[in-house]
Amino acid sequence: MAMRLEALLAGDAQGPLLKLDAPLSFWGGVDPASGRIIQVRHPQCGTSIAGTILCLPGTIGSSSSSAVLLELIRGGKAPAALVMGAPDAILLIGCLIAREMGWLAPPAFSLAAQHQHDLAEGCYTLAPDGAFHPLLP
Amino acid sequence: MTLALTPLETSWLAGESGEARALAMRVIAETARLMGAEKLVAVESAHIDGALYHGDSGTLFAEKLVALGAKVSIPATLNVGALDLFCGARTRHSPHEHDMAKRMMRAYETMGCAPSWTCAPYQAGHRPAFGTDVAWGESNAVAFCNSVLGARTNRYGDFLDICCAIAGRAPYYGLHIPENRHATFALDCSGLSPDLRDSDIFWPVIGTLFGQRAGNAIGVVIGLTGFATEDRLKAFGAAAASAGAVGLFHIIGATPEAPDLSSATGGKREIPTISVTPGMISSTLAGMSTTVLEAVDAVAIGSPHCSYEELVELERLIDGRKLVRPFYACTGRHAIKALEAAGRRRALEEAGVTLVADTCIVVAPILEATTGVLMTNSGKFAHYAPGNTGYAVRYGALSECVESAVAGRLVREARLWR
Repeated sequence: MAMRLEALLAGDAQGPLLKLDAPLSFWGGVDPASGRIIQVRHPQCGTSIAGTILCLPGTIGSSSSSAVLLELIRGGKAPAALVMGAPDAILLIGCLIAREMGWLAPPAFSLAAQHQHDLAEGCYTLAPDGAFHPLLP
Repeated sequence: MTLALTPLETSWLAGESGEARALAMRVIAETARLMGAEKLVAVESAHIDGALYHGDSGTLFAEKLVALGAKVSIPATLNVGALDLFCGARTRHSPHEHDMAKRMMRAYETMGCAPSWTCAPYQAGHRPAFGTDVAWGESNAVAFCNSVLGARTNRYGDFLDICCAIAGRAPYYGLHIPENRHATFALDCSGLSPDLRDSDIFWPVIGTLFGQRAGNAIGVVIGLTGFATEDRLKAFGAAAASAGAVGLFHIIGATPEAPDLSSATGGKREIPTISVTPGMISSTLAGMSTTVLEAVDAVAIGSPHCSYEELVELERLIDGRKLVRPFYACTGRHAIKALEAAGRRRALEEAGVTLVADTCIVVAPILEATTGVLMTNSGKFAHYAPGNTGYAVRYGALSECVESAVAGRLVREARLWR
């Protein structure tokens, strides 16, 4: 099965899919040092988002989420790619600032929340044009 | 959709007004493209959330801007930093973190931002006029600015805020556009008891419920006319913006774009309406605490930062008694100065209140331990404290917070919840 996502910030990525079951504020929700989810009310508290193709049905909460993402990027704990239900200006800013600083920022793509939900678990690759393939074992 | 820039904006982007403004314009123009904006809008002021230390990356970015000669071109206030540079409340940062947090705060001051260091800038003299376009960060401040003041801002993330302040421009999309400011759902509270609606403790709870239902939609609350005060609207917005992506809310008869339902909805007569029941309030309330333990190890208030009036109310409730649990009142320099001018600071501190300025207990390691039970009257502290401090939270009224800190264990006042 191959599909194509809309590229927001183009780039390559590869990693295990992590679908968030509930919206998440990165600030107060993700430890900027480790990439672990720390919001105790989130169903995936304790899971690490580092290196994943992270599917975000929606984002909530703090306007400091961009700063947490920037810190994750600099520390090598950022997701491999962001897949957003709708473009989220706050998180995307973290990627834009990383580019200005010369740090490798994850690419970002857009995919409706319902389509995110339907994706099978597993590892995937993403190409700059949004081509999205399961990585065969 | 393509972004159209004015000749002046194009020259800034090309670096004709310096590299700092060019960098700011690149970030703003790219954000505009991502969000589908057709143009930029001139903004009259900014509130900068980006000066809070989360790790070295933010400090390095701020210092890069300073090195490029960046200066803000419009009035800009600063949200909290990670250190209390005014009252000297101690933080458990490592020496490296302390140094980097301080460098970050100094970098933003060097760029010309006012050292307000508060998440309630709207109570420290920064109140944009109704209908003006501004660029604000900090989720509660954005919600207050849009909803209570009627100025227009999106939820500007850290670093875009300072870019907008440097360029004096923001992408024209979202809540800058009047047609996008109408409510698409309603919460009807008219079935709740008047006593409940007229209690301070109710507002963070209904704010949390509103945020959970809203996601990033705009809603209107019915049935609270006559019960709102500025500090209650502040508490509502902070809770709503923690539980959801709320940048704007309307409350009929209390917020300026909602004199009546038709104004709030943009003329639509029928929008989905949720009748709020006592049961919904109870279950939301239950979710705001993460423990059933009776212990209270510390108390924290002031998210958003306490106003002078809230600190005076705290003094009245303490009533000359001693607090036997650590009690943190987070506030801004503006309120501390007002306390001092009124000769009231010493009474609070002698009772055992730790005044925290410039920062707060969920953004900086101020609490003495990393585990325990924290009591708070703030919906925002209740939301973020478990993840950021390690403490379990117990939500309660300010009077319950004070009585618990006096008694050294949980004290509940059942009458508050009729």
